[in-house]
Parts: sequence; structure tokens; C-alpha cells
Amino acid sequence: MNEIPLSYSLGLSAILFGIGVAGVIVRRNAIVLFMCVELMLNAVNLAFVALSPYAGVEGQVFVFFVIAVAAAEAAVGLAIMIAVFRHRESVDMKNFSLLRW
Amino acid sequence: MNVTQILFFFFASCAAGCALAMITRKNPVACAMWLIGTFFSVAAIYTLLGAYFIGIIQILVYAGAIMVLFLFVIMLLNLGNDYEDDIRGTGWKIAGGGAGLVIIALLGRVFSGDLPRPLGDAAGPTMLATAQAERGVVGLIGIPLYTEYVVPLQATAILLLVAVVGAVVLAKRKV
Amino acid sequence: MLLLQEAAHGAAAAAGEGAGFHPVLPWLIVALPLLGFVLNGLLSVMAARRALPKLPPVGDPYYDHAQDDHGHAVGHAPALAPAHAAVGAGEPSEQEALDHGTDAHPVDAAAARHEAHVHDRDVHVTGANAVHAHDVHDAHAHDAAHDHGHDDHAPAGPKPFTHTLPSLIAPGVLIASFVLAVLNFLAMKSAGEGARLAIVEGWSWIPVGSLQVDAALQLDPLSIVMTLIITGVGSLIHIFSIGYMKEDPGYPRYMAYLNLFVFFMLILVLGSSYPMMFVGWEGVGLCSYLLIGFWFREKANADAGKKAFIVNRIGDFGFLVAMMLLFWNVGTLDFAGVNEALTGGGSSLVFAGPVITAIALFFFLGAAGKSAQIPLYIWLPDAMAGPTPVSALIHAATMVTAGVYLVVRSSVIYTMAPAASLVVALVGALTAIFAASIGLKQWDIKKVLAYSTVSQLGFMFAAVGMGAYAAGVFHLMTHAFFKACLFLGSGAVIHAMHHALHTAHNPADAQDMRNMGGLRKYLPITFITMGVSTLAIAGVPPFAGFFSKDEIIGAAWLGAQGTSHLSEASLFGIHGSTWMAAIGVILSIAAFMTAFYMGRMMLYTFFGDNRTGERERGHLHEGGWTLTLPLIVLGLLAVFGGFLNVEEHVPIVQLFNFGQGEALHHWLHPVLAGSDDVVAQNVGRLEEPHHALWPIALAIAIGLGGLALAVAMLGKRRLGTADAQPAYDGGVEKALYNKWYVDEFYDRTVVKPVGGLSRLFARFDMGVLDWVVDLFGRLAQMFGLAFGRLQTGQVNTYAFVLIVGVLIVLGSFVAL
Repeated sequence: MNEIPLSYSLGLSAILFGIGVAGVIVRRNAIVLFMCVELMLNAVNLAFVALSPYAGVEGQVFVFFVIAVAAAEAAVGLAIMIAVFRHRESVDMKNFSLLRW
Repeated sequence: MNVTQILFFFFASCAAGCALAMITRKNPVACAMWLIGTFFSVAAIYTLLGAYFIGIIQILVYAGAIMVLFLFVIMLLNLGNDYEDDIRGTGWKIAGGGAGLVIIALLGRVFSGDLPRPLGDAAGPTMLATAQAERGVVGLIGIPLYTEYVVPLQATAILLLVAVVGAVVLAKRKV
Repeated sequence: MLLLQEAAHGAAAAAGEGAGFHPVLPWLIVALPLLGFVLNGLLSVMAARRALPKLPPVGDPYYDHAQDDHGHAVGHAPALAPAHAAVGAGEPSEQEALDHGTDAHPVDAAAARHEAHVHDRDVHVTGANAVHAHDVHDAHAHDAAHDHGHDDHAPAGPKPFTHTLPSLIAPGVLIASFVLAVLNFLAMKSAGEGARLAIVEGWSWIPVGSLQVDAALQLDPLSIVMTLIITGVGSLIHIFSIGYMKEDPGYPRYMAYLNLFVFFMLILVLGSSYPMMFVGWEGVGLCSYLLIGFWFREKANADAGKKAFIVNRIGDFGFLVAMMLLFWNVGTLDFAGVNEALTGGGSSLVFAGPVITAIALFFFLGAAGKSAQIPLYIWLPDAMAGPTPVSALIHAATMVTAGVYLVVRSSVIYTMAPAASLVVALVGALTAIFAASIGLKQWDIKKVLAYSTVSQLGFMFAAVGMGAYAAGVFHLMTHAFFKACLFLGSGAVIHAMHHALHTAHNPADAQDMRNMGGLRKYLPITFITMGVSTLAIAGVPPFAGFFSKDEIIGAAWLGAQGTSHLSEASLFGIHGSTWMAAIGVILSIAAFMTAFYMGRMMLYTFFGDNRTGERERGHLHEGGWTLTLPLIVLGLLAVFGGFLNVEEHVPIVQLFNFGQGEALHHWLHPVLAGSDDVVAQNVGRLEEPHHALWPIALAIAIGLGGLALAVAMLGKRRLGTADAQPAYDGGVEKALYNKWYVDEFYDRTVVKPVGGLSRLFARFDMGVLDWVVDLFGRLAQMFGLAFGRLQTGQVNTYAFVLIVGVLIVLGSFVAL
């Protein structure tokens, strides 16, 4: 099959990452915040995969690890959110401002 | 413009569109669904790029396990019934949008330049295909994983174990 | 004993050699009074500590007693207790005495506490007595110039050692110093005329660049004369102080300060350079302040002390400027070096040039401050607020003569600046007549003597200004004798009056002459010695003052004839000889006034009917031997002291003056040789003065005439007591009584504008400068508040900031 130019894939990765950043800044719901973080991770994975033909198969191996770690992180993170929800009855970030001035 | 590229553009726009939709929905369940859509699109792109194993793993693990976990949690916490909007104010929207656009611009600038080619100019998708032909789709990743990178593999295994234990401990009710 | 042997040995060795004289333990002369100060100071601190009330160790008495009825004491740190107690109630009897005695002060908490807790004290007998005695006292007339608070309300019973030892230590060190000074004098005398200078090196004090000032003593004829006066008259005054001040609760402190004063004065006269002299200069100013404000609890006394110190400071500024100019132009600051440079032509200063005139004038400013000349004499009459022996020592015999000493020491400078010299003489003469005029109408006996001192200092400055340095020193010496005698005599009078008035519970003023009269019956020794001194100051031969005053006025006439080196000088376009003629006239009038007011003083105090009152009369009597012995010694000196410097051609008395005519002149000749050299170099040979007899006759006439006029005008006058007799009668008398309103004038032209200016500056400081400084604080606060808003506690915000940082880093890589 014919190649997809590297810059297109990387461009898409950049776009997805940018959208993830915007989401992290804009969203207040903790769960949705986390989902935006996952989006960013995906963007990074895409970049790795796009570069692996040119940089070696290690790129894909690394993606494998990223996915595994992302899974673990999602599990723990959501467990934390459940624990926090039990205290505050809310996952809205504006209620968790104890580190305020 | 050949089929691959057309497909690529199609799935790229799907991914971007789903991502945009995800960050703008009010209902967390809707966000999750759109994210799943994003993942599917990205998986398709992986396949188009020749990373078949990763594509499948993306669907299996990311869309299949992680997002299911998200949805379970959303269900557990009974979110999405509030009428309060949990998106921050206009100023922050502008700030977020601006930051996103700047990131895209900068990264685009970085990626459009000359990128280093550690494996030499001869490398490319054909090389990947050759290696794949030798080892098979799964072996392409499997063999390096179990030979060179066996230590990170085992560490990741332990990590997963710890995550399981941790999740259980954190989420259980105080007995 | 060992010291005496050493001293004798030294003197013998000196006598044997003849080439240079060996000073006898010179540093000890200076160190002994310092030792006295340290010992008496320790005793005074111990006395203060012993006077603290015995309190339980917990809490602060000043605050606690207000809550005693509540049953609990506030636990203040016990370390505060002694400090507060010392401030509030140290020397309790003094506190009670002054608080109850001076109604201007609200009875403060300490005194109230005393009454409330009299039962707490062991010595409650004393407390009760003191309280009882004071209840009877009504308002004292508080006159600022009183030695008020001098009262005998000290605790009854045997004195503690802190109040008996100073009587031995203070006069003891002084007498020892005097003995050493005499030994040094004898050594110097036997050393022969060329060898009377000894510079005793101490250590290198200020070695900075090209300025090399050593801490060293210079013993030469002038300084030894001054030292003899200081320690001799000082010893007598210390002995007098024993009798005068021993009942005072602050007695050890008094003796300590007195010793410290003598120490500094000795440094002043024995120092070998201008900075050394300045150390002593400042030190005596300090001690003057401490002693004038000795009874500081009364504000007027403290104010008088401050006034003295501040006015002195103005003079000190002049001294400093002169010193700096001198160093800048000559390169050295010790006397020997300066004299050498100026006479040998080693400096860039020209005769009668502007710089040397400036130096001389600035030194004179310093002298005017210290020695109370116009325009800085205003502190001396107020200084009568201190104890009378202080007035005798500091403001008659020693400190105020420091200015004269300075001018004589700088004789070379003044000879090189004839215009400045004439200014000095003129100011001296004007001061003499001005102060004499004020003294004509004062009623307080000490004020009369104060203005008399200012006037006599004017005479001395007129003398040294006219180049008659030895005459100035001679008058300084005789003035020390008779003025100290007069002051001590007035102290004896006041002591007796105070005792009488106090015993009779009469609140009248013990120092006002209108309350005295006819005291010669009750105080005979005082009367005789004061009388002799009055004759001396009036210039009646053969007493001391006649010879010295005659020499001064004679110098004026000689200068008018053209035989002084100043005669050809010119000031403001007028010839020196004309000035000196005018000075002669002014001084003669001042001498006449002197005789008049001194006679007036004697008449009102000792003659006529006694106005003190029936009850008091019985209590008027002489003090003990400590009061009368110094008076007698000083009286004798006032009689015979003048013979030290009689001119050769006065035949009768030649046998008294060491077999040599004009002994003091010859004695001081080595010191004044530099000045003579300058005259020889720049003015040329002077004509020989021909001594006429008419100045002597005129002087005798003035003296006797003044006294006679006083007797004639005032002898038969009947005065009322202070309450009854008005102070003045008529416009001129009012002006004289009010000191020509000089203080008021200064207040309006100097004090108030300076006060206003400083208030303006204070407003500027607080309003503008503080505002700017506060601005920085406010800015910091504003920034803090603004940046604090960044810490919202929200993860989203932190993520945003993080991302911005990433963008910046990424952007910098991209851009670069």
C-alpha cells in the first residue's frame, strides 16, 4: 500500500493533543477531565506509531506499554474519584479547591 | 491521492470531530461515547499505518476496557443528572481554545521540519512490512517485548497488579 | 609613701641635671581624678541599689500595686522590677523630698506608692517623718536658678558607707593630684629657663594618613600654672562640697561628677595637641551639663543643663572647623608642631591672611561658647541652677577659663591674625560692660556673681585679644581665687539662710538678697572673706584683683599709645590703637560698674537690718570647718595672690614675688616666645612703652569710687523682703533686671524659627519620605494580592499554567 506522509499523521497527533489540552483547561467534571487526558495519551501514541517505520519497532512496543499503563492509571484514578465522590457528593473540580490561597 | 490517503483523511476527520464533540458535551456519558468514537478512528488509522497489532489492542483495551470502566464509574456515581453546566466560563474557553491552537501550531511547526531519521533514509513502511513478513504481525511486537524489553514487561505486569489492588482498596467502602 | 619617695627622687634628679626637666608621674595627675570618678561612681550605684524598696521577687512593683487588692499580681518579668523601681523609687528620700517639696509636679505614682506602702518598709520611721515634715511645706517659690531640692530630708541615723566614703575619696584624689602638680612645678622651676618643656608620650591615638595625633601630655609653664589652679582651687572646693552636699541623697554621684570634671579639665590643659584639648573640652561640657542639672527632677534645672550643653556645642563647632582648617593648612595638630610651622614659615599661611584670620575667629567662637562671651554667654546665668560649689569650680575658676587658655595656647595664631585678635579684644570688652550692666540690678546673689563672672571673663579676653597673654593668665589666676571665694561664700550664706528658713518652715527664697541683710553678725568668717574678695574684684590695692585688672587696662592704654603689635593693625578700617583706646575706656567703665554692683551685693547681704525674719534669725550661723576653711584659704589667696606678677617698678611689694618682677610674665615667657617671634618677623621692633603713673591712679580711683558710690547710694536704703520689695523701678531698671531681654530675643529669632523649621522637616519626613517608603510596602502588598489569586486550588488552572509554561519552552525551541 502507498504511504501516508509522516507529516499528516504527526499533524493529526498534534491536533488531537491540542484538543485534549483545551479539554483539560475547559472541563470541570473530573471524569471528563480524565477522559481528555486519555485523549492526549492517544495522540502521543499516534505519534509513536507514525514514527515507528522510520525509527524502529520500539515505537510500537512503547505504545503497548503506554496502553497498559494508561489502563492501570485509569483504574486507580477512577477508584480515587469514587472515594472522593463519597466525601463530597460531587466530582466537580470547583469543589476541590483546598489548596487555594 | 490514493485510497489509503483518502481513508486516512476520512478517519482523521472522524477522530478530530469526535474529539471536539467529546470536549464540548455536557453529559459525561455522551463524552465517553464520543471518546470511544475517537478511539475507533485512531485504531483505524493505526491499521492504515501498518500497526495492526496496536490497532487491535487499541480497540480491545482502550475502547473495550478502559472506556467501559469509565462508563461503569459514571453509572456508579450517577452523574449527568445535574442541570449545572460543568464547563468553565467564557474566559477559560478562550484560554483553552487559544492554548490548544498554539500547541497545534507549534507542534505543526516542529513536525513539518526535517525530522531525524535514526534508521537512515532507507527506512520506511516497506521496512516495517519486511519485518512483519518475517515475524508475523504479533511477533513483530512480541519478540522484542519478550527478549529485549522483558524487564519493562514484567514491571508493567507488577504495575497492573498493584493497580488492581490499589483500585480495590481505594474504592471499597469503609467497612 | 613609695610615691612620695619616687617623686622626691624625680625632683632631685631633675634639679641635678638641668637639661630638660623630668616630669614626676605626670599621668598620675590626670589618672587620680579619674580613679576618684570610678570609685565614687561605684559608690553612687551601690547607694542607688540600696535605696530600692525591698520587694518580693515576683512582679513589677510599678504595675502590681494597683492590683494588690485584687489579690493577684501580674507576672511581669522580675528583671523589670529593679529598673522600674530605680526609676520610680530609687533614692526614696530624695524622691519624697522632691515630690513633696515641689508642687509643680503631680505627686506621681511612686510617691503615692510610698505613702500607701510605708508600712511595708523597714525604715518606716524615716518615711513617716519625711511625710510629716513635708505636709507642712507649701509651695516653694520655684526659681529656676535655685539650688532647689537641696534639702536635709535625708534619712536620719548614721550614714551608710556610700555617703561617707566619697568625703574621703574625692578630696583625697584631688589633694594627691595637687601635690603631684606642685612637685612637677618645683621640678620645672629648678630645671632652668630653657628646659621647662616636657612632652610625655602616651600612645599613638589617631594615625590616619598624614594626620598623626598622639595621646600625650605637655607639661610646660602655662599648663603647670593651670594645673595648679585646677587642682588647688579644686581641692578647696571639694572640701567645701563635703560640708555643703553631704546631706544630699545624691552625694556620691555629685562627687563622682566633680572628679570626672577635674579629670577632663586636666586633660584639657595638659593635652599636647588640639584634639587632646578637644577631648577635655567636650568632657568638661558634659560634666557641666551633668552638674548643672544635678537636681534634674526639677525641669528648670534640667533645662538649664541642656541650655549650657547646647550653647557649648555651638562653640564646639567653631573649634572643630578651626582645627580642620589648621590641619589642612599646617599639616599637624600638636601645639609644638603648629607653633614651629607658623613661626618657621613651614606653612602656607601668611601673616594677617584670610585663612589664619578665619582659624583664629573660629577658635574664638569655640572660646566664646565655653567661656560665655557675647553671643554665647546666655547659659552661664542659668547654670546657677546647679549646686553652688559647682558654680564655684566650673563657672568661676576652671571651665570657663578654658577659652582663655585656648587663646593663650594659640598665641602664635592670634599674633599672626591681628584683625581677629582685635575682634577678640573688642568682644571681650563689650561682654565685660554688658554683663556688668546686667549685674547692677539682679537680686539673686548667685546671679550677681554669674554676671560678674561673665564680665571678668570679658576682661580676660580683652587682655589676650590685645596680646597681653600673661596679663590674661594673671587675671585668670586671681579671678579663680576671688571668684571661687565669692561663690563659696555665697554658698555658705545660702546654706545658712536655707537652714534658717527651713527650720522655721518659711517658703521664702534663700538666695534672694532682699531676704538677707545684716548677716555679718551671724556669719563673720564668711563676711570677712567675701569682703576681702569683693575688694579684690573691685580692684582695690593691694588685693589681688587690682594688679591683674590694672595690667589689663594698662595694656589697653599702652596699645593706644602705639606700643603694641596690634597698634598698626586695622579692623573695619579703624586703626588698632584707636580700638584699644576705646577698649580701655569700655573696660574702665566696666570696672567701675563691677565695683558698684559688688559693693551693692555686700551691702544688701551683710549690712543693714536683717530681713530674714524673727524666727529664722536664731538659726543663722556659720557652717562647719569644711565650709569655712576653704573660704579662709581662698581669702588669703585673694589678698596675697596678686603679688605674683607685680611690675618691677612697684617697690614695696617686690619682696613678695619670688624676688623677681613680673614673675608670671617671665614664667610664661617660653610659652609665648613663638608669638614674640611672629611679632619680630612681621611687625618689627616695637617702641618701648613708657610707664606712666596715671593708669594706676585711675584704676584705684575707679575701684574705690565704685564702692563709695554704692555705699552712698544704697547704704541707707531700706529694703523690703523679696515679697514686698519690687524688683525694679523704672524702664532702664526693668531692662537690666530682665537681662536686656536677650534670652527672649534669641528665643524669637533663633529657637522658634529652628523649631518651626524642624517641624516642617518632620512633616516632610513623615509625609513625603514615609509615604514613599510605605508605597513600596503597599506595592508589595498589591502584587502579593494579585499574584495570590493565581492559587485558586483548582487543578484546571494549574494545568493551564503548566501548559503555558510548556508553550513557552516549546516556543523558544521553535523560534530558536
